[in-house]
Amino acid sequence: MKSIEELKAIKAKMADKVAVRNTTGDTRIVVGMATCGIAAGARPVLNAFVEGVTAAGLADTVAVTQTGCIGICQYEPVVEVYTKDQEKVTYVKMTPDRAKEVIEKHIKGGEVVAEYTIGAAKI
Amino acid sequence: MIRSHVLVCGGTGCTSSGSQAILAKLEEELKLKGLEEEIKLVQTGCFGLCALGPIMIVYPEGTFYSQVTPEDVPEIVEEHLLKGRLVDRLVYNDTGDAKKDDVAPSLNDTTFYKKQKRVALRNCGVINPENIDEYIAMNGYFALAKVLGEMTPDDVIKVINDSGLRGRGGGGFPTGRKWSFAKASVSDKKYVVCNADEGDPGAFMDRSVLEGDPHALIEAMAIAAYAIGSDEGWVYVRAEYPIAVRRLQIAIEQAREYGLLGENIFGSGFNFDLHIRLGAGAFVCGEETALLTSIEGNRGEPRTRPPFPAVKGLWGKPTIVNNVETYANIAQIILNGAEWFSSMGTETSKGTKVFALGGKITNTGLVEIPMGTTLREVVEEIGGGVPNGKKFKAAQTGGPSGGCIPASLIDTPIDYDNLIKIGSMMGSGGLIVMDEDSCMVDIAKFFLEFTVDESCGKCAPCRIGTVRLLEILNKITDGNGEMEDLDKLEELANYIKSASLCGLGQTAPNPVISTLRYFRDEYIAHIVDKKCPAGVCKKLLSYEIVADKCKGCTLCSRVCPANAITGKVKEAHVIDKTKCVKCGACIEKCKFGAIIKK
Repeated sequence: MKSIEELKAIKAKMADKVAVRNTTGDTRIVVGMATCGIAAGARPVLNAFVEGVTAAGLADTVAVTQTGCIGICQYEPVVEVYTKDQEKVTYVKMTPDRAKEVIEKHIKGGEVVAEYTIGAAKI
Repeated sequence: MIRSHVLVCGGTGCTSSGSQAILAKLEEELKLKGLEEEIKLVQTGCFGLCALGPIMIVYPEGTFYSQVTPEDVPEIVEEHLLKGRLVDRLVYNDTGDAKKDDVAPSLNDTTFYKKQKRVALRNCGVINPENIDEYIAMNGYFALAKVLGEMTPDDVIKVINDSGLRGRGGGGFPTGRKWSFAKASVSDKKYVVCNADEGDPGAFMDRSVLEGDPHALIEAMAIAAYAIGSDEGWVYVRAEYPIAVRRLQIAIEQAREYGLLGENIFGSGFNFDLHIRLGAGAFVCGEETALLTSIEGNRGEPRTRPPFPAVKGLWGKPTIVNNVETYANIAQIILNGAEWFSSMGTETSKGTKVFALGGKITNTGLVEIPMGTTLREVVEEIGGGVPNGKKFKAAQTGGPSGGCIPASLIDTPIDYDNLIKIGSMMGSGGLIVMDEDSCMVDIAKFFLEFTVDESCGKCAPCRIGTVRLLEILNKITDGNGEMEDLDKLEELANYIKSASLCGLGQTAPNPVISTLRYFRDEYIAHIVDKKCPAGVCKKLLSYEIVADKCKGCTLCSRVCPANAITGKVKEAHVIDKTKCVKCGACIEKCKFGAIIKK
């Protein structure tokens, strides 16, 4: 170790890897991962959220977690987003591509992607 | 892509309750479910809640599982890691609140953690101690970089002085002042030593730091070396701590590989390297001069001070000796400033202190609290109180060198000076809780037996005096005590205190003095009434069968190992007191509460 820059480089490299342990959880993205969710393709959606959040450098405030079945199996994969001052937003029939869009618009931009929400779905 | 971390405690407590088997099973189950790319397993140091080990915590949710068994692992993997449902029966929740939105209460909201403030233990249970990168991710070695890049040795000593940090090993000597003495000593060679010879019965603060955050020690010792002008350090650690020793060795090797130990660290021209010396388990080697003698390869015996080690220490060279927990605070003080540290604690005792909670308490384990927290908060809130509905009687701090704090002083804020005022001492941080079933004379005897065993024998007051003290205590608990024995105890105790060579002898009578001070009536009960009020001292007990309650079931006579109980079926039985060995087996078996001890 010849300089503090080397130390900083290691810290930066590690930051993503330990952030998940320090997350404040101000925002929580909860993916339904019961049998119905998994069968409908929730796992790639979950992975897309994890990758997207990490890539955006938001892992210290946004926690991506899972939950069980919330009872609307025909709309799986279901994803719920809890933010501090907004009401819970429920997205349905999610895909990895939609996940990327939600990160860009909702998580980063604060704008709910209305067309994917449960309100927009025909029940 | 890793989405979740599963941290399993690999400290000594959880290892002995089986955490290695859990790690192995987790690995197997993750592979089975194809989750090894998504979930990362991390073995950490101690979380503190040793009574409920093995401990596991799952991030990002921060779900805290306690008393996990290998049989629980498939369920945790299937339910929590695969499907995202908490395994409720294993979630630790002492708050009494129901979970919200399927989220278990955050660790910091639990009663056990709420009042704690983790500085020395900040990384224990958070990082993998065998991975230097994780330490660096938590700002590790940045304090060393700051010191070498921006500060002079005098700056460093000033910050430590201003912080008000005092030695965490027992005496409470101001750390900055110790360093400044060593810096002022002129010599071609100086040494930095870490005292990790944690010997108090029931104390394991230092072990947990070594096991959970070994790099914190290495970094702090390098900072100390820079401050006093040394280039070589020694860690004296007990051989009875195999996990701690192994992790420290791994950490030293990793630090060398990164050039954080060795020559020209951070290109500053500063050199420092570190060695480990294993202690063979003699309590006296925790005394600094005995410790240094032992590192030199000689029999661990203390010598007179002065000269203090800061002037003449290891191999006759100026040396500082600090305790593990003291070092564990250093990097944080450098990074956050003296003011941050001195904002915690009381007027004369700054910062936090780690305590090993043991004895008659619900949450046995490791806690770190700001100085000035009251004993009541530690025992009743963090510790979860005395189990089985028993009453708190006293707490012993400072181990065999300390004294007891009676229930009447439970609201005393814990700091160095308050504890000394009430006849105890901080010591290294063992805190043993006693309930109404503990006999205080017996407690004094227990600690004295320990010091009698561990006295090195070099000086007469300690070698002979402690044995005589113990003899008087034995006489009292055997029922042969006389009132004048109490005066003799006090007189002898004061002689030993004032005439012994080192801290071991000077503090050995403390348990006797403090129990005499607060529980003199118990001594008198032993001497005058020939009774042990707590029902502990066997020779003063007698067992009797209450004839009215005895149904004559014969169970007691069958379990009695001495054949002391006789009687016919369906008739009241009788205990022959000359044969009774007072083992208590009959009381345990009697279903009718017919047997009493007096």
